[in-house]
Amino acid sequence: MALIITTITLLVVIALALIRAFAGPTVFDRILAGNLIGTKVVLIIAVMGFLFGRPDFLDVALTYALINFISVIGVLRFVEITRRSREEDKS
Amino acid sequence: MELIVSIISGVCLLAGSFLVLSGVIGVIRFPDFYTRIHAAGVTETLAASLILIGLMLIAGWGIVLLKLILILLLVLFTSPTASHALGKAAWKSGLKPTNLKQRNEDRN
Amino acid sequence: MRHTISITLVLSILWIVNSGYYTPLLLSFGLISVLFVVWIAHRMDVVDHETLPIHLSGKLLAYYFWLMKKIIISNIDVARRVWQINPDLSPKLKKLAITQKTDMGRVIYANSINLTPGTLSVDLKNDYVLVHSLTSDGIKELEQGEMDRLVTELE
Repeated sequence: MALIITTITLLVVIALALIRAFAGPTVFDRILAGNLIGTKVVLIIAVMGFLFGRPDFLDVALTYALINFISVIGVLRFVEITRRSREEDKS
Repeated sequence: MELIVSIISGVCLLAGSFLVLSGVIGVIRFPDFYTRIHAAGVTETLAASLILIGLMLIAGWGIVLLKLILILLLVLFTSPTASHALGKAAWKSGLKPTNLKQRNEDRN
Repeated sequence: MRHTISITLVLSILWIVNSGYYTPLLLSFGLISVLFVVWIAHRMDVVDHETLPIHLSGKLLAYYFWLMKKIIISNIDVARRVWQINPDLSPKLKKLAITQKTDMGRVIYANSINLTPGTLSVDLKNDYVLVHSLTSDGIKELEQGEMDRLVTELE
């Protein structure tokens, strides 16, 4: 029972985080929302593995946690570098 | 005994869900980017730990428990680094935090 | 040498936890991959006291236990502010002096600031850390310096 409630709450949370990702206003708000969705997806994979009685899904959650972290750092680098090169173009 | 463990795990899962929900509502409600990071931090430290601890109690002894501990450690090690990187990138790009209290005091 | 042994042990445990199969063939594959990674780490010259802080593992455990209490308190505080109808936020940005000598200590300190919701380290330099706090109380608590002192004692 608690597992079902947790799954539904996490789905609602992901939907709410999407609102922030669409609303912005800065690019960093969107990255923050993306990072939030990433960690929530890790949790949802783990919880659903138990809900359907297949805890093997934890491997997927583990990999997802790693990829999520690296992608956030990568996207931040990308934003930083494009912004810097744009400023250099202006000057 | 089994009943007590499953009740504790249910309480952990529900408390974790509530904290995740409050964190994301903070992300929507709070006024500027830097305050939103704090709200997102709630969902990534205590809430994630509580949900994973709730799962650990269901899992019982075995390889599944070790994998859950591994996920918990990974989340606890990476989330502060990710939020520091976010804050630093925003600060370096010149995003200024709003100062609500001061502005109100100046007005009075 | 101590660090090489500890990295081999950590990697082996990681492999065994993630594998779940214990046939001789797969275990030998695991051994080969662990040795390969240790060799690469040696070539990259990253096997030292910084990547494997075994000299403070005992003290670190006690510190993180103390930090856990702080994390729970500040989590409840931030969650309470989220549900208030008019959240009383007083965001503040301030440079705080830090007393740690090594990079390791500074990173542990900044990480602890980030782990407790309500305070966020925005920038970290050799002698100061720029902290953003959700409330002015958060800054005041850090200024009292209990966390700073405990991390310095770790070094």
